[in-house]
Amino acid sequence: MSVPMVEAHGVHKSYAGVEVLRGINLTVERGEVTCLIGPSGSGKSTLLRCINHLEKHDAGELRVDGNLVGYEARGGKLYERNDKQICAERSQIGMVFQRFNLFQHLTVLENITIGQVKVRSIASEDATRRARELLARVGLDAKEKNYPSQLSGGQQQRVAIARALAMDPKLMLFDEPTSALDPELVGEVLDVMKDLAKSGMTMIVVTHEMGFAREVADSLYFLDQGVIEESGNPREVLVHPRSERLRVFLSKVL
Amino acid sequence: MTTNGDDAVEVVPVRHVGRYVAAAVVLVLVAMLGHTLISKVPTGQTACHVSAGVPTCHQVSNWRFSWNIVFHYFTTSQVLDGLLVTLELTVIAMTIGIVLGMLIAVMRLSHNRLMSSAAWVYTWFFRGTPVYVQLLFWFNIAALYQSVTIGVPFLHITWLHINIVAFFTPFHTAIVGLGLNEAAYMSEIARSGLISVDEGQIEAATSIGMTRSQTLRLVIVPQAMRVILPPTGNEVISMLKTTSLVIAVGGVTDLLQSVTLIYSANYEIMPLLIVASLWYLIVTTVLSIGQYYVERHFAKGALRTPPPTPIQRLRTDLRGIAGKFRSPRHATIKAAS
Repeated sequence: MSVPMVEAHGVHKSYAGVEVLRGINLTVERGEVTCLIGPSGSGKSTLLRCINHLEKHDAGELRVDGNLVGYEARGGKLYERNDKQICAERSQIGMVFQRFNLFQHLTVLENITIGQVKVRSIASEDATRRARELLARVGLDAKEKNYPSQLSGGQQQRVAIARALAMDPKLMLFDEPTSALDPELVGEVLDVMKDLAKSGMTMIVVTHEMGFAREVADSLYFLDQGVIEESGNPREVLVHPRSERLRVFLSKVL
Repeated sequence: MTTNGDDAVEVVPVRHVGRYVAAAVVLVLVAMLGHTLISKVPTGQTACHVSAGVPTCHQVSNWRFSWNIVFHYFTTSQVLDGLLVTLELTVIAMTIGIVLGMLIAVMRLSHNRLMSSAAWVYTWFFRGTPVYVQLLFWFNIAALYQSVTIGVPFLHITWLHINIVAFFTPFHTAIVGLGLNEAAYMSEIARSGLISVDEGQIEAATSIGMTRSQTLRLVIVPQAMRVILPPTGNEVISMLKTTSLVIAVGGVTDLLQSVTLIYSANYEIMPLLIVASLWYLIVTTVLSIGQYYVERHFAKGALRTPPPTPIQRLRTDLRGIAGKFRSPRHATIKAAS
Protein backbone atom coordinates (compact mmCIF):
# COMPACT_ATOMS: atom_id res chain seq x y z
CA MET A 1 0.00 0.00 0.00
CA SER A 2 1.18 3.53 -0.82
CA VAL A 3 2.30 5.95 1.89
CA PRO A 4 -0.49 7.85 3.64
CA MET A 5 -1.12 11.45 2.55
CA VAL A 6 -0.54 12.83 6.04
CA GLU A 7 1.21 11.16 8.95
CA ALA A 8 1.80 12.77 12.32
CA HIS A 9 3.77 11.21 15.16
CA GLY A 10 4.04 13.00 18.46
CA VAL A 11 3.62 16.49 16.99
CA HIS A 12 4.11 19.28 19.53
CA LYS A 13 3.57 23.00 19.18
CA SER A 14 3.61 25.78 21.76
CA TYR A 15 3.02 29.52 21.60
CA ALA A 16 4.86 31.63 24.15
CA GLY A 17 5.20 28.73 26.56
CA VAL A 18 1.64 27.45 26.17
CA GLU A 19 1.49 23.97 24.69
CA VAL A 20 -1.23 23.94 22.07
CA LEU A 21 -0.42 20.54 20.57
CA ARG A 22 0.86 17.92 22.99
CA GLY A 23 1.82 14.88 20.95
CA ILE A 24 -0.57 14.42 18.06
CA ASN A 25 -0.67 11.09 16.23
CA LEU A 26 -2.78 10.98 13.11
CA THR A 27 -2.89 9.24 9.74
CA VAL A 28 -4.84 10.38 6.71
CA GLU A 29 -5.00 7.92 3.84
CA ARG A 30 -5.22 9.06 0.21
CA GLY A 31 -8.71 9.89 -0.98
CA GLU A 32 -10.04 9.97 2.56
CA VAL A 33 -12.02 12.69 4.26
CA THR A 34 -10.91 13.32 7.83
CA CYS A 35 -12.81 15.55 10.21
CA LEU A 36 -11.25 17.21 13.24
CA ILE A 37 -13.66 18.25 15.96
CA GLY A 38 -13.18 19.63 19.41
CA PRO A 39 -13.80 22.64 21.63
CA SER A 40 -12.22 25.98 20.73
CA GLY A 41 -8.60 26.20 21.77
CA SER A 42 -8.15 22.45 21.49
CA GLY A 43 -5.51 22.84 18.76
CA LYS A 44 -7.52 21.80 15.68
CA SER A 45 -6.64 24.86 13.62
CA THR A 46 -3.03 24.82 14.78
CA LEU A 47 -2.66 21.23 13.63
CA LEU A 48 -4.08 22.18 10.24
CA ARG A 49 -1.70 25.14 9.97
CA CYS A 50 1.27 22.96 10.88
CA ILE A 51 0.40 20.56 8.06
CA ASN A 52 0.92 23.25 5.39
CA HIS A 53 3.70 24.89 7.39
CA LEU A 54 1.88 28.16 8.07
CA GLU A 55 3.11 27.34 11.59
CA LYS A 56 6.29 25.49 12.41
CA HIS A 57 5.82 22.50 14.73
CA ASP A 58 8.32 22.25 17.58
CA ALA A 59 8.76 18.52 17.93
CA GLY A 60 7.58 15.26 16.45
CA GLU A 61 7.39 13.96 12.93
CA LEU A 62 4.96 15.36 10.41
CA ARG A 63 4.89 13.98 6.89
CA VAL A 64 2.84 14.99 3.87
CA ASP A 65 2.93 12.60 0.95
CA GLY A 66 5.87 10.82 2.57
CA ASN A 67 8.00 13.99 2.88
CA LEU A 68 8.80 15.69 6.16
CA VAL A 69 7.07 19.07 6.45
CA GLY A 70 9.69 21.84 6.42
CA TYR A 71 12.72 19.55 6.66
CA GLU A 72 14.75 17.19 4.61
CA ALA A 73 16.37 14.13 6.21
CA ARG A 74 19.84 13.48 4.84
CA GLY A 75 22.60 11.45 6.45
CA GLY A 76 20.98 11.32 9.85
CA LYS A 77 20.44 15.08 10.00
CA LEU A 78 17.42 17.26 9.42
CA TYR A 79 18.04 20.13 7.03
CA GLU A 80 15.56 22.96 7.22
CA ARG A 81 14.09 23.65 3.82
CA ASN A 82 14.52 27.10 2.29
CA ASP A 83 11.65 29.47 1.52
CA LYS A 84 11.41 28.44 -2.10
CA GLN A 85 11.06 24.74 -1.28
CA ILE A 86 8.49 25.46 1.41
CA CYS A 87 6.45 27.60 -1.01
CA ALA A 88 6.57 24.80 -3.58
CA GLU A 89 5.34 22.32 -0.94
CA ARG A 90 2.57 24.63 0.16
CA SER A 91 1.33 25.27 -3.35
CA GLN A 92 0.32 21.58 -3.50
CA ILE A 93 -1.81 21.85 -0.38
CA GLY A 94 -5.03 23.82 -0.72
CA MET A 95 -6.36 25.70 2.26
CA VAL A 96 -9.79 27.18 2.88
CA PHE A 97 -10.16 29.64 5.74
CA GLN A 98 -12.97 30.43 8.12
CA ARG A 99 -13.05 34.05 6.96
CA PHE A 100 -12.59 33.22 3.23
CA ASN A 101 -9.59 35.59 2.82
CA LEU A 102 -10.27 36.26 -0.84
CA PHE A 103 -7.99 38.89 -2.36
CA GLN A 104 -10.18 41.97 -1.99
CA HIS A 105 -8.56 43.96 -4.79
CA LEU A 106 -9.01 41.25 -7.41
CA THR A 107 -12.10 40.04 -9.24
CA VAL A 108 -13.41 36.53 -8.65
CA LEU A 109 -11.70 35.33 -11.83
CA GLU A 110 -8.39 37.01 -10.94
CA ASN A 111 -8.52 35.44 -7.47
CA ILE A 112 -8.51 32.03 -9.12
CA THR A 113 -5.94 32.76 -11.84
CA ILE A 114 -3.31 34.64 -9.81
CA GLY A 115 -1.86 31.53 -8.14
CA GLN A 116 -1.79 29.56 -11.37
CA VAL A 117 -0.06 32.35 -13.27
CA LYS A 118 2.34 33.64 -10.61
CA VAL A 119 3.15 30.46 -8.67
CA ARG A 120 2.71 27.70 -11.23
CA SER A 121 3.70 29.83 -14.27
CA ILE A 122 0.69 28.72 -16.28
CA ALA A 123 -0.18 30.81 -19.36
CA SER A 124 -2.87 33.36 -18.66
CA GLU A 125 -5.38 31.94 -21.18
CA ASP A 126 -5.03 28.42 -19.78
CA ALA A 127 -5.38 29.74 -16.25
CA THR A 128 -8.54 31.63 -17.22
CA ARG A 129 -10.01 28.54 -18.86
CA ARG A 130 -9.28 26.45 -15.76
CA ALA A 131 -10.72 29.18 -13.51
CA ARG A 132 -13.97 29.22 -15.51
CA GLU A 133 -14.25 25.43 -15.24
CA LEU A 134 -13.80 25.63 -11.48
CA LEU A 135 -16.30 28.48 -11.15
CA ALA A 136 -18.83 26.41 -13.04
CA ARG A 137 -18.07 23.51 -10.71
CA VAL A 138 -18.85 25.61 -7.62
CA GLY A 139 -21.87 27.12 -9.39
CA LEU A 140 -20.60 30.69 -9.73
CA ASP A 141 -19.82 31.07 -13.42
CA ALA A 142 -21.93 34.23 -13.60
CA LYS A 143 -19.88 36.05 -10.99
CA GLU A 144 -16.39 36.06 -12.51
CA LYS A 145 -16.23 39.84 -12.95
CA ASN A 146 -17.47 40.65 -9.43
CA TYR A 147 -15.27 41.67 -6.56
CA PRO A 148 -15.39 39.56 -3.37
CA SER A 149 -17.13 42.35 -1.42
CA GLN A 150 -20.06 42.06 -3.82
CA LEU A 151 -20.68 38.38 -2.98
CA SER A 152 -22.45 36.69 -0.09
CA GLY A 153 -20.39 34.75 2.44
CA GLY A 154 -21.38 31.43 0.93
CA GLN A 155 -20.43 32.59 -2.54
CA GLN A 156 -17.11 33.92 -1.28
CA GLN A 157 -16.30 30.62 0.38
CA ARG A 158 -17.09 28.73 -2.82
CA VAL A 159 -14.74 31.05 -4.72
CA ALA A 160 -12.10 30.40 -2.05
CA ILE A 161 -12.50 26.66 -2.63
CA ALA A 162 -12.13 27.20 -6.38
CA ARG A 163 -9.01 29.30 -5.74
CA ALA A 164 -7.45 26.47 -3.74
CA LEU A 165 -8.45 23.85 -6.32
CA ALA A 166 -6.87 25.89 -9.12
CA MET A 167 -3.48 24.91 -7.73
CA ASP A 168 -4.34 21.22 -8.37
CA PRO A 169 -3.64 20.32 -4.76
CA LYS A 170 -3.10 16.74 -3.61
CA LEU A 171 -4.59 17.63 -0.23
CA MET A 172 -7.23 20.13 0.83
CA LEU A 173 -7.39 21.63 4.32
CA PHE A 174 -10.58 23.31 5.54
CA ASP A 175 -10.39 25.47 8.66
CA GLU A 176 -13.98 25.81 9.91
CA PRO A 177 -15.19 26.68 6.42
CA THR A 178 -18.80 27.30 7.44
CA SER A 179 -18.39 28.91 10.87
CA ALA A 180 -18.57 32.49 9.57
CA LEU A 181 -21.64 31.88 7.43
CA ASP A 182 -25.29 32.67 7.96
CA PRO A 183 -27.13 29.39 8.63
CA GLU A 184 -28.96 29.42 5.31
CA LEU A 185 -25.65 29.70 3.38
CA VAL A 186 -23.94 26.74 5.08
CA GLY A 187 -25.60 24.17 2.82
CA GLU A 188 -24.22 25.52 -0.46
CA VAL A 189 -20.64 25.33 0.83
CA LEU A 190 -21.10 21.86 2.30
CA ASP A 191 -22.55 20.68 -1.01
CA VAL A 192 -19.42 21.80 -2.85
CA MET A 193 -17.29 20.01 -0.25
CA LYS A 194 -19.33 16.80 -0.51
CA ASP A 195 -18.91 16.93 -4.26
CA LEU A 196 -15.18 17.33 -3.83
CA ALA A 197 -15.06 14.38 -1.41
CA LYS A 198 -16.91 12.25 -3.92
CA SER A 199 -14.36 13.11 -6.60
CA GLY A 200 -11.70 11.43 -4.45
CA MET A 201 -9.92 14.49 -3.01
CA THR A 202 -8.02 13.92 0.22
CA MET A 203 -9.49 16.37 2.72
CA ILE A 204 -8.92 17.36 6.32
CA VAL A 205 -11.82 19.37 7.67
CA VAL A 206 -11.95 21.22 10.97
CA THR A 207 -15.65 21.59 11.55
CA HIS A 208 -18.55 21.90 13.93
CA GLU A 209 -20.94 20.41 11.36
CA MET A 210 -21.55 16.99 12.89
CA GLY A 211 -24.03 16.12 10.14
CA PHE A 212 -21.34 16.64 7.53
CA ALA A 213 -18.83 14.62 9.55
CA ARG A 214 -21.26 11.72 9.92
CA GLU A 215 -22.28 11.74 6.27
CA VAL A 216 -18.99 12.40 4.49
CA ALA A 217 -16.01 11.68 6.74
CA ASP A 218 -14.11 8.41 6.60
CA SER A 219 -12.49 9.07 9.94
CA LEU A 220 -12.97 11.51 12.76
CA TYR A 221 -10.59 12.83 15.39
CA PHE A 222 -11.71 14.50 18.59
CA LEU A 223 -9.10 16.90 19.94
CA ASP A 224 -9.13 18.27 23.46
CA GLN A 225 -6.38 20.30 25.14
CA GLY A 226 -3.83 19.48 22.48
CA VAL A 227 -4.24 15.72 22.40
CA ILE A 228 -6.38 13.37 20.38
CA GLU A 229 -8.90 12.14 22.88
CA GLU A 230 -10.77 9.80 20.60
CA SER A 231 -10.79 8.77 16.97
CA GLY A 232 -12.39 6.33 14.60
CA ASN A 233 -15.28 5.93 12.21
CA PRO A 234 -17.51 8.99 12.66
CA ARG A 235 -20.67 6.92 12.51
CA GLU A 236 -19.49 4.98 15.55
CA VAL A 237 -17.61 7.67 17.44
CA LEU A 238 -20.43 10.21 17.24
CA VAL A 239 -23.12 7.73 18.19
CA HIS A 240 -21.23 5.84 20.89
CA PRO A 241 -18.58 8.12 22.32
CA ARG A 242 -16.28 6.27 24.68
CA SER A 243 -14.67 9.15 26.51
CA GLU A 244 -16.51 11.36 28.94
CA ARG A 245 -15.08 14.53 27.36
CA LEU A 246 -16.42 13.71 23.90
CA ARG A 247 -19.79 12.89 25.45
CA VAL A 248 -19.85 16.32 27.14
CA PHE A 249 -18.68 18.06 23.96
CA LEU A 250 -21.30 16.36 21.81
CA SER A 251 -24.06 17.17 24.27
CA LYS A 252 -23.17 20.85 23.80
CA VAL A 253 -22.93 20.96 20.01
CA LEU A 254 -25.65 18.55 18.92
CA MET B 1 -55.48 63.52 17.86
CA THR B 2 -57.81 62.29 15.22
CA THR B 3 -57.17 61.88 11.54
CA ASN B 4 -59.57 61.62 8.68
CA GLY B 5 -58.62 58.21 7.40
CA ASP B 6 -56.86 58.57 4.06
CA ASP B 7 -56.61 62.38 4.03
CA ALA B 8 -53.13 63.82 3.52
CA VAL B 9 -51.78 65.99 6.35
CA GLU B 10 -49.58 68.99 5.68
CA VAL B 11 -46.01 68.74 7.09
CA VAL B 12 -44.32 72.06 7.93
CA PRO B 13 -40.51 71.85 7.99
CA VAL B 14 -38.61 73.52 10.87
CA ARG B 15 -37.25 77.01 10.05
CA HIS B 16 -33.57 77.32 10.93
CA VAL B 17 -33.37 81.04 11.82
CA GLY B 18 -29.79 80.83 13.15
CA ARG B 19 -28.59 79.29 9.92
CA TYR B 20 -30.13 82.07 7.84
CA VAL B 21 -28.45 84.74 9.99
CA ALA B 22 -25.05 83.02 9.83
CA ALA B 23 -25.36 82.62 6.07
CA ALA B 24 -26.21 86.32 5.71
CA VAL B 25 -23.14 87.34 7.73
CA VAL B 26 -20.88 85.13 5.60
CA LEU B 27 -22.41 86.51 2.41
CA VAL B 28 -21.73 90.09 3.49
CA LEU B 29 -18.11 89.27 4.36
CA VAL B 30 -17.59 87.51 1.03
CA ALA B 31 -19.08 90.49 -0.80
CA MET B 32 -16.74 92.89 1.06
CA LEU B 33 -13.71 90.81 0.20
CA GLY B 34 -14.88 90.46 -3.39
CA HIS B 35 -15.26 94.22 -3.65
CA THR B 36 -11.68 94.85 -2.51
CA LEU B 37 -10.46 92.39 -5.14
CA ILE B 38 -12.07 94.31 -7.98
CA SER B 39 -11.99 97.87 -6.54
CA LYS B 40 -9.70 100.66 -7.67
CA VAL B 41 -7.93 103.15 -5.40
CA PRO B 42 -6.67 106.63 -6.25
CA THR B 43 -2.91 106.85 -6.72
CA GLY B 44 -2.70 110.53 -5.69
CA GLN B 45 -1.80 111.54 -9.25
CA THR B 46 -3.94 113.38 -11.73
CA ALA B 47 -3.88 112.98 -15.44
CA CYS B 48 -5.09 115.65 -17.86
CA HIS B 49 -5.88 115.52 -21.52
CA VAL B 50 -7.15 118.07 -23.96
CA SER B 51 -10.15 117.38 -26.08
CA ALA B 52 -11.59 120.01 -28.48
CA GLY B 53 -9.35 122.63 -26.89
CA VAL B 54 -10.74 122.01 -23.39
CA PRO B 55 -8.36 120.44 -20.87
CA THR B 56 -10.01 117.90 -18.55
CA CYS B 57 -8.26 116.42 -15.56
CA HIS B 58 -9.15 113.39 -13.44
CA GLN B 59 -7.61 111.36 -10.70
CA VAL B 60 -5.67 108.28 -11.68
CA SER B 61 -6.77 105.17 -9.87
CA ASN B 62 -5.36 101.67 -9.98
CA TRP B 63 -6.60 98.21 -9.05
CA ARG B 64 -6.01 97.75 -5.34
CA PHE B 65 -4.51 94.35 -6.17
CA SER B 66 -2.64 95.64 -9.23
CA TRP B 67 -4.21 93.00 -11.44
CA ASN B 68 -2.64 94.57 -14.51
CA ILE B 69 0.83 93.88 -13.06
CA VAL B 70 -0.16 90.40 -11.94
CA PHE B 71 -1.48 89.68 -15.40
CA HIS B 72 1.65 91.12 -17.01
CA TYR B 73 4.06 88.92 -15.07
CA PHE B 74 1.85 85.84 -14.90
CA THR B 75 3.25 84.24 -18.05
CA THR B 76 6.64 85.90 -18.38
CA SER B 77 9.41 83.45 -19.19
CA GLN B 78 11.18 84.18 -15.91
CA VAL B 79 8.12 83.10 -13.90
CA LEU B 80 7.42 80.10 -16.13
CA ASP B 81 11.04 78.93 -15.87
CA GLY B 82 10.78 79.20 -12.09
CA LEU B 83 7.54 77.19 -12.18
CA LEU B 84 9.27 74.51 -14.21
CA VAL B 85 12.10 74.27 -11.68
CA THR B 86 9.54 73.98 -8.86
CA LEU B 87 7.77 71.17 -10.72
CA GLU B 88 11.07 69.38 -11.41
CA LEU B 89 12.09 69.62 -7.77
CA THR B 90 8.68 68.34 -6.66
CA VAL B 91 8.67 65.37 -9.04
CA ILE B 92 12.25 64.28 -8.40
CA ALA B 93 12.24 64.80 -4.62
CA MET B 94 8.86 63.08 -4.32
CA THR B 95 10.04 60.12 -6.41
CA ILE B 96 13.08 59.72 -4.15
CA GLY B 97 10.80 60.09 -1.13
CA ILE B 98 8.25 57.50 -2.27
CA VAL B 99 10.74 54.85 -3.43
CA LEU B 100 13.04 55.23 -0.44
CA GLY B 101 10.08 55.58 1.94
CA MET B 102 8.56 52.33 0.68
CA LEU B 103 11.89 50.57 1.14
CA ILE B 104 12.28 51.92 4.67
CA ALA B 105 8.72 50.89 5.53
CA VAL B 106 9.40 47.32 4.38
CA MET B 107 12.68 47.33 6.34
CA ARG B 108 10.84 48.61 9.39
CA LEU B 109 8.44 45.65 9.21
CA SER B 110 11.28 43.16 8.64
CA HIS B 111 11.76 40.35 11.14
CA ASN B 112 15.46 41.19 11.13
CA ARG B 113 16.01 43.44 14.16
CA LEU B 114 18.97 45.25 12.60
CA MET B 115 16.92 46.16 9.53
CA SER B 116 13.98 47.45 11.51
CA SER B 117 16.22 49.39 13.88
CA ALA B 118 18.08 51.01 10.99
CA ALA B 119 14.76 52.05 9.47
CA TRP B 120 13.59 53.45 12.80
CA VAL B 121 16.76 55.48 13.26
CA TYR B 122 16.45 56.91 9.75
CA THR B 123 12.91 58.09 10.39
CA TRP B 124 13.85 59.37 13.82
CA PHE B 125 16.68 61.50 12.45
CA PHE B 126 15.05 62.93 9.34
CA ARG B 127 11.73 63.61 11.02
CA GLY B 128 13.41 65.04 14.08
CA THR B 129 15.28 67.90 12.40
CA PRO B 130 13.82 70.78 10.37
CA VAL B 131 14.02 70.33 6.62
CA TYR B 132 15.52 73.81 6.33
CA VAL B 133 18.39 72.74 8.59
CA GLN B 134 18.83 69.59 6.53
CA LEU B 135 19.06 71.60 3.33
CA LEU B 136 21.75 73.83 4.89
CA PHE B 137 23.49 70.69 6.11
CA TRP B 138 23.67 69.12 2.63
CA PHE B 139 24.76 72.48 1.23
CA ASN B 140 27.78 72.37 3.56
CA ILE B 141 28.39 68.61 3.46
CA ALA B 142 31.72 69.09 1.67
CA ALA B 143 33.06 70.42 4.96
CA LEU B 144 32.73 66.88 6.34
CA TYR B 145 33.40 64.66 3.34
CA GLN B 146 35.22 65.64 0.19
CA SER B 147 34.49 62.40 -1.60
CA VAL B 148 32.79 59.06 -1.09
CA THR B 149 34.34 55.85 -2.39
CA ILE B 150 32.62 52.49 -2.36
CA GLY B 151 34.82 49.49 -2.97
CA VAL B 152 36.92 46.92 -1.16
CA PRO B 153 39.08 48.55 1.50
CA PHE B 154 42.87 48.09 1.22
CA LEU B 155 42.59 46.37 -2.16
CA HIS B 156 42.31 49.36 -4.48
CA ILE B 157 39.05 48.05 -5.92
CA THR B 158 36.59 50.86 -6.48
CA TRP B 159 33.02 50.45 -7.66
CA LEU B 160 31.78 53.93 -7.12
CA HIS B 161 33.54 57.18 -6.51
CA ILE B 162 31.63 60.39 -5.85
CA ASN B 163 33.29 63.74 -5.68
CA ILE B 164 31.08 65.42 -3.05
CA VAL B 165 32.10 68.96 -4.00
CA ALA B 166 31.29 68.40 -7.66
CA PHE B 167 28.15 66.35 -7.00
CA PHE B 168 26.40 68.77 -4.65
CA THR B 169 25.40 71.43 -7.10
CA PRO B 170 22.58 73.62 -5.76
CA PHE B 171 19.96 71.59 -7.67
CA HIS B 172 21.36 68.24 -6.47
CA THR B 173 21.58 69.56 -2.93
CA ALA B 174 17.92 70.57 -3.12
CA ILE B 175 16.66 67.21 -4.37
CA VAL B 176 18.83 65.23 -1.95
CA GLY B 177 17.72 67.36 0.99
CA LEU B 178 14.05 67.36 0.10
CA GLY B 179 13.99 63.72 -1.04
CA LEU B 180 15.69 62.22 2.01
CA ASN B 181 13.51 64.25 4.35
CA GLU B 182 10.39 63.20 2.47
CA ALA B 183 11.40 59.52 2.64
CA ALA B 184 11.10 59.66 6.43
CA TYR B 185 7.48 60.85 6.22
CA MET B 186 6.63 58.56 3.31
CA SER B 187 7.98 55.55 5.16
CA GLU B 188 5.50 56.12 7.97
CA ILE B 189 2.67 56.56 5.48
CA ALA B 190 3.69 53.40 3.61
CA ARG B 191 4.01 51.48 6.86
CA SER B 192 0.51 52.49 7.95
CA GLY B 193 -0.77 51.19 4.63
CA LEU B 194 1.11 47.90 4.84
CA ILE B 195 -0.07 47.10 8.36
CA SER B 196 -3.66 48.00 7.45
CA VAL B 197 -3.93 44.93 5.21
CA ASP B 198 -5.71 42.05 6.96
CA GLU B 199 -3.44 39.22 8.07
CA GLY B 200 -5.81 36.75 6.43
CA GLN B 201 -4.78 38.13 3.03
CA ILE B 202 -1.17 37.27 3.78
CA GLU B 203 -2.10 33.79 4.99
CA ALA B 204 -4.17 33.15 1.88
CA ALA B 205 -1.33 34.27 -0.39
CA THR B 206 1.11 32.11 1.55
CA SER B 207 -1.22 29.12 1.41
CA ILE B 208 -1.29 29.12 -2.40
CA GLY B 209 2.50 29.04 -2.40
CA MET B 210 3.39 32.70 -3.00
CA THR B 211 6.83 33.73 -1.83
CA ARG B 212 7.15 36.61 0.60
CA SER B 213 8.08 39.06 -2.13
CA GLN B 214 5.17 37.91 -4.33
CA THR B 215 2.81 38.31 -1.39
CA LEU B 216 4.12 41.83 -0.83
CA ARG B 217 3.96 42.88 -4.47
CA LEU B 218 0.77 41.15 -5.60
CA VAL B 219 -1.41 41.17 -2.50
CA ILE B 220 -0.27 43.57 0.22
CA VAL B 221 0.94 46.64 -1.69
CA PRO B 222 -2.07 46.89 -4.06
CA GLN B 223 -4.42 46.84 -1.05
CA ALA B 224 -2.21 49.12 1.03
CA MET B 225 -2.36 51.73 -1.75
CA ARG B 226 -5.91 52.61 -0.75
CA VAL B 227 -4.64 53.74 2.65
CA ILE B 228 -1.34 55.15 1.36
CA LEU B 229 -2.70 57.37 -1.42
CA PRO B 230 -4.66 60.12 0.36
CA PRO B 231 -1.78 61.12 2.67
CA THR B 232 0.66 60.75 -0.24
CA GLY B 233 -1.39 63.25 -2.24
CA ASN B 234 -1.12 65.49 0.77
CA GLU B 235 2.66 65.04 0.78
CA VAL B 236 2.95 65.86 -2.94
CA ILE B 237 1.05 69.10 -2.41
CA SER B 238 3.10 69.83 0.67
CA MET B 239 6.31 69.14 -1.25
CA LEU B 240 5.27 71.50 -4.05
CA LYS B 241 5.28 74.32 -1.50
CA THR B 242 8.23 73.09 0.57
CA THR B 243 10.42 73.36 -2.54
CA SER B 244 10.30 77.12 -1.90
CA LEU B 245 12.72 76.46 0.98
CA VAL B 246 15.50 75.73 -1.52
CA ILE B 247 16.35 79.37 -0.96
CA ALA B 248 18.54 77.80 1.73
CA VAL B 249 20.95 76.38 -0.84
CA GLY B 250 20.91 79.40 -3.15
CA GLY B 251 21.35 79.21 -6.89
CA VAL B 252 18.13 77.31 -7.56
CA THR B 253 15.64 79.66 -9.17
CA ASP B 254 12.32 78.09 -8.34
CA LEU B 255 8.95 79.82 -8.64
CA LEU B 256 9.28 81.82 -5.42
CA GLN B 257 12.90 82.73 -6.14
CA SER B 258 12.09 83.97 -9.63
CA VAL B 259 9.31 86.30 -8.41
CA THR B 260 11.59 87.45 -5.58
CA LEU B 261 14.23 88.38 -8.14
CA ILE B 262 11.65 90.34 -10.11
CA TYR B 263 10.20 92.26 -7.17
CA SER B 264 13.59 93.06 -5.72
CA ALA B 265 14.16 94.98 -8.94
CA ASN B 266 10.76 96.66 -9.36
CA TYR B 267 9.37 96.65 -5.77
CA GLU B 268 5.99 95.27 -6.94
CA ILE B 269 6.04 92.85 -4.03
CA MET B 270 2.37 92.05 -3.57
CA PRO B 271 1.47 91.55 -7.24
CA LEU B 272 4.40 89.19 -7.72
CA LEU B 273 3.62 87.22 -4.59
CA ILE B 274 0.10 86.91 -5.98
CA VAL B 275 1.58 85.62 -9.25
CA ALA B 276 3.49 82.92 -7.35
CA SER B 277 0.49 82.07 -5.15
CA LEU B 278 -1.83 81.74 -8.13
CA TRP B 279 0.57 79.31 -9.81
CA TYR B 280 0.92 77.27 -6.61
CA LEU B 281 -2.89 77.17 -6.39
CA ILE B 282 -3.29 76.11 -10.01
CA VAL B 283 -0.78 73.25 -9.70
CA THR B 284 -2.31 72.15 -6.38
CA THR B 285 -5.75 72.07 -7.98
CA VAL B 286 -4.52 69.94 -10.87
CA LEU B 287 -2.77 67.59 -8.42
CA SER B 288 -5.92 67.24 -6.31
CA ILE B 289 -7.96 66.26 -9.34
CA GLY B 290 -5.30 63.73 -10.37
CA GLN B 291 -5.22 62.33 -6.84
CA TYR B 292 -8.97 61.79 -6.91
CA TYR B 293 -8.82 59.60 -10.00
CA VAL B 294 -5.77 57.63 -8.83
CA GLU B 295 -7.55 56.92 -5.53
CA ARG B 296 -10.62 55.79 -7.41
CA HIS B 297 -8.51 53.34 -9.38
CA PHE B 298 -7.05 51.74 -6.25
CA ALA B 299 -10.42 51.58 -4.48
CA LYS B 300 -11.35 48.70 -6.80
CA GLY B 301 -13.05 45.95 -4.85
CA ALA B 302 -12.98 47.85 -1.57
CA LEU B 303 -16.50 49.19 -1.88
CA ARG B 304 -19.55 47.47 -3.22
CA THR B 305 -20.46 50.48 -5.35
CA PRO B 306 -17.69 52.90 -6.36
CA PRO B 307 -18.35 56.52 -5.37
CA PRO B 308 -19.56 58.87 -8.14
CA THR B 309 -17.06 61.11 -9.94
CA PRO B 310 -17.34 64.85 -9.16
CA ILE B 311 -19.06 65.39 -12.51
CA GLN B 312 -21.64 62.71 -11.75
CA ARG B 313 -22.11 64.17 -8.29
CA LEU B 314 -22.55 67.69 -9.68
CA ARG B 315 -25.20 66.39 -12.06
CA THR B 316 -27.05 64.70 -9.18
CA ASP B 317 -26.81 67.86 -7.06
CA LEU B 318 -28.17 70.04 -9.84
CA ARG B 319 -31.00 67.62 -10.39
CA GLY B 320 -31.72 67.75 -6.65
CA ILE B 321 -31.79 71.55 -6.58
CA ALA B 322 -34.01 71.65 -9.65
CA GLY B 323 -36.31 69.13 -7.98
CA LYS B 324 -36.59 71.34 -4.90
CA PHE B 325 -37.84 74.25 -6.98
CA ARG B 326 -40.27 72.07 -8.84
CA SER B 327 -41.90 70.36 -5.87
CA PRO B 328 -44.08 72.28 -3.42
CA ARG B 329 -42.42 73.74 -0.33
CA HIS B 330 -44.66 71.74 1.98
CA ALA B 331 -44.38 68.02 1.61
CA THR B 332 -47.42 65.96 2.37
CA ILE B 333 -47.61 62.55 3.86
CA LYS B 334 -50.45 60.18 4.25
CA ALA B 335 -51.67 60.27 7.80
CA ALA B 336 -51.48 56.99 9.58
CA SER B 337 -54.44 56.03 11.69
